[in-house]
Formats: sequence, C-alpha cells, structure tokens
Amino acid sequence: MKALSIRNLRKTYNNGFEALKGIDLDVDAGDFFALLGPNGAGKSTAIGIISSLVNETSGTVSIFGHDLKHERAKAKSCIGLVPQEVNFNQFDTVKSILLNQAGYYGTPRKLALHRTEQCLKQMDLWDKRDTVSRRLSGGMKRRVMIARAMVHAPKLLILDEPTAGVDIEIRRSMWQMMQDVNQQGTTIILTTHYLEEAESLCRNIAIIDQGLIVEHAGMASLLSRLHIDHFVLDLAEPLTVAPVIDGYPIELVSDKTLNVAVPKENGLNSLFNQLTLQNIRVISLKNKTNRLEQLFMDLVDAKSVDTTPAGLQQ
Amino acid sequence: MNYSIPFNTIVIKEIYRFIRIWPQTLLPPAITTALYFLIFGKLIGDRIGTINGASYMDYIVPGVILMSVISHSYANVVSSFYSTKFQHNIEELLVAPVPNWVILAGYVSGGIMRGLLVGVVVALISMLFAALAVKHILITLSIAVLTATVFSLAGFINAVLAESFDDISIIPNFVLTPLSYLGGVFYSVAMLPDIWQAISMGNPILYMVNAFRYGLIGVSDVDIQLAFIMTGGFIVVMTLFSLYLLHKGTGIKN
Repeated sequence: MKALSIRNLRKTYNNGFEALKGIDLDVDAGDFFALLGPNGAGKSTAIGIISSLVNETSGTVSIFGHDLKHERAKAKSCIGLVPQEVNFNQFDTVKSILLNQAGYYGTPRKLALHRTEQCLKQMDLWDKRDTVSRRLSGGMKRRVMIARAMVHAPKLLILDEPTAGVDIEIRRSMWQMMQDVNQQGTTIILTTHYLEEAESLCRNIAIIDQGLIVEHAGMASLLSRLHIDHFVLDLAEPLTVAPVIDGYPIELVSDKTLNVAVPKENGLNSLFNQLTLQNIRVISLKNKTNRLEQLFMDLVDAKSVDTTPAGLQQ
Repeated sequence: MNYSIPFNTIVIKEIYRFIRIWPQTLLPPAITTALYFLIFGKLIGDRIGTINGASYMDYIVPGVILMSVISHSYANVVSSFYSTKFQHNIEELLVAPVPNWVILAGYVSGGIMRGLLVGVVVALISMLFAALAVKHILITLSIAVLTATVFSLAGFINAVLAESFDDISIIPNFVLTPLSYLGGVFYSVAMLPDIWQAISMGNPILYMVNAFRYGLIGVSDVDIQLAFIMTGGFIVVMTLFSLYLLHKGTGIKN
C-alpha cells in the first residue's frame, strides 16, 4: 500500500515561476521518508499541495489510495502536518489548540479529550496543557505542533523542518519521538536541512532540485554510491608539509590537522599503514562532512551543471 | 464525516474569542449607545418632538440597535478571519477535511452571534431611556438575523481580500459608518429633500433599519417585503462570492 503517490505534479505560480516541473513520487505505508532539497527547490510547494495549502497546476496526488481531488475529505483525514513556522493561535492554551484541531477533523469531544491527553503526554507537554501558547519556549512550541498534527491519529505525518532552530538536546528528544511514532505504524515524510537527521532517521529518500526529483532511492543504497569519504585527522606531532601517499589526496589544514580523501576501494588500513611508515601518529579521526551531505552536494551540484547554459559552464 | 463537529468547533471558538475579550467587544457598544440615547434621545430629542407618531427616543432606538448589530457582526468576522489568515492559523482549517461551506458557515455564525449579543446589550441599555415594545416579533428577529448575516458575510469577504490591517479598517470607516448614519437611523427619509430621498433609496442599510423599526414600533419609510427581498438577495450573492473566493484560495492559498 502506498501512503503517498504523486504523478506528474506541476505547479506554476502566478508570476510564472515553475516550482514543480512534473514530479513522480511514491512513499510506502509505514516508511520514514526524507524529502530533501536546497532552498527554493520545490519541497515546500510539494508539501503545500499534498496538504492542500497550495493549489496544483496539474497532476495527481493520492493519499492511502484516496485521490486528493476527488476524495478530498478522505485523503485529508489521513494527513497530519507539522509546518515550518509556528501557525497556531498564540492566545489559545495548549489544550484548546489540540481540541480545536481534533474538532476540525470531526473527532467527537470525548475522544478528542482522550487523544489530547495522550498526545500531550507523549510530547511531554501535559503539565503545560493550560498554558497560553505564546508563553512556551521555542522547543515546546515545536512539540505542540507535532502533538497537534497527531491528535486525530493520522496515517501520514508530514514534518516540514520540525527541528529547525531548536537546540541539540531537544532535537535529539524529538528524533526519539518521531521514531516512536513511526514504530507505532505512522508513515512519516520529513524535510530537513540537518542531513544527519535524515541519515539517521529515514529509510528512503528523494532529493528534489529545481522542481525535479533528481534522486529517489533507499538510504542505504544511496549512501553506498558514495565513492569517497573525507576525514579529518588530528596528529600528535606538528608537520610543515602535507605527506604524499599514493591514492589518498591529503591537505595540510594546520600543523597538526590533515584533510584526507579516502576512496572506498582503498580503505583506511592502507592509509594508516602509510602514515605509520612516515612516522606520523594520528590521535583522532572524524568525518569531515556527513555522508548524506556529501552525496546531496554531489547530486545538487551535478544537476546545476546540467541545467547551466553551456556558455556559462566552466 | 459528521460536519456538525467542525462547524460547532469553529462557532464555539469564535464565541469564546469575543467573550474572552469582552472589554473590547461588548462593553464599548454599551457605553457608546448609552451616550447616543442620552444626548440624541433625551437632550436633543425632547426638542424634536415626534416622527411618524413616535417620540424621537422611541424612533431612534431600533436604528441604534441595528447599527450596533451591523458594525459588530462585520467587525467580528473581518478581524477574526483576517487575524487567522495573518497568523497562518487558517492552515489548521485548510489542512483538515473541512469543506469551504463549513468554514464560511462557522465564521458567519460567530459574527451573527456577536452581532445579536451586542444587539441585546444595546436593547437592554435602551430600556433605561425608553419603553421598548415589540410590535412584530418575527419581523424583528428575522431582520436582525438576516442583517447580521449580510454584514458577517461582508466582513468575511473583506477579510479574505485584505492584505494588511489597513485593508480591514477602510470599509468599516469609509463605507459602513457613512451608510449606517445615512441609513435613517436618526431621522426619517421623508424629512429629506427629494433628491436626497432618491439617493437614500440606494442605501441597503435604510431598508434593514426601517424593517427592524417596523418590527419594533410599527413605523417604516420603506416597503417591508422589499427590505426582506433585498436582504435575502445580498445574502445569496455574498455567500456565492465567498464560496468562490474560498474555492479559488484567494488570499489564503499560495
């Protein structure tokens, strides 16, 4: 069963900007799916159309088999949306925000009260239920939005940069919450600029750029395509020039720090053997960039070169 | 899906909103109209005498009540829906499986409730100055509800089309207030020169005020049937236009 199925979706805004140029996308039920792309790529437009906040120009969107145009109410009742920006009434209490949302989805009052309590407890907000929402911290407001999106028990939860601007501690607790929700059977579509977030949470991924899907694959198979890993090595003794090792481009960043590009076929053992032979002692090592970030940049850069007029390519 | 639940949710939310801010919504009309009754009704009215057989105080009470209904039903919807749009709360409704007609009915009902509640407050205040009698209860209630509906719909259209807070104050200040004051609230159109009588006949508020006055004291400058037809016609046209705007997503989508 497909949680989401998009066919030839196009969106041209009134000013002529073509945000989506005919995308196809499938998300399986139960998946934790990442939709990535640079700013202005078309992610928010796609999510806007799926969640009925933006009118499409053409194409079809189907949610759990319900066509968004012809079975609008059924399709919409499957979705819970956590938008990028705080969009609840800041003068309402936390509890009334959730109760109103449940009411909009036709949830009877008794059940709405039960689900409100359940969602607020899950988001660790039960103690704040009678607090006027504008008095909450940024992280709490984000959690209110997640609780609100879940109050009608949606089968598909769309999270549009849910952890943007929150500190690392809250972000990690939100990751755990999202994983719990997914494990309970809810399909999740996540957009984020934190690529380590997508890498650690999501099983499948689509990358959108300039209104087109440039990649749509499993996370593991996508990462396996990365041929070169970049590492930062911290050295015990200072160097004046970068060591030369065949098959490993090395850059001396500071007297005690090296950047090394490690091709997958060469591996790390050979690198360390060579460094040991040159009496260079490494005290620590870390990835220079997140692996998904590397791949993301490669794909987006490749696409922008493809679409740059020939005369401008250098 | 049972649409009575989302409808009730919107209406209860709206009622709770204007009751929560009662010093802004219910208190000012009580004070303003008390001043109208004191100054125009008591101090000046005693010198004017009677109009169409009614004392001046009795004559202006229906108009002042309906003027409050008009301005508050309009103000409730325009401010509430525009704020909802401005703060992006409208997205809560757009994402949910709530049909456009339920959104419209919910907000308009909220406007009607506030308009009528303010009307009751003003009517109670008027009883301090005049003996309020109701000649035709059905006409009184129905024209009050229909008038509140017309101006709630007008407020909704204004809110949908507005792009700034300035846009939601232009119509009340420059259209609604002049039309209300020139709608026979404080005088009979028969007192005007012929040319102004003819011009006044193009003012829809004149018909509503006179129909309401007929319901309360049995006096009117216009044909009551025509007043009902005109008010009903406005409701049909504005409802269709509001639904068209919602369907297109004007001002709320993209």
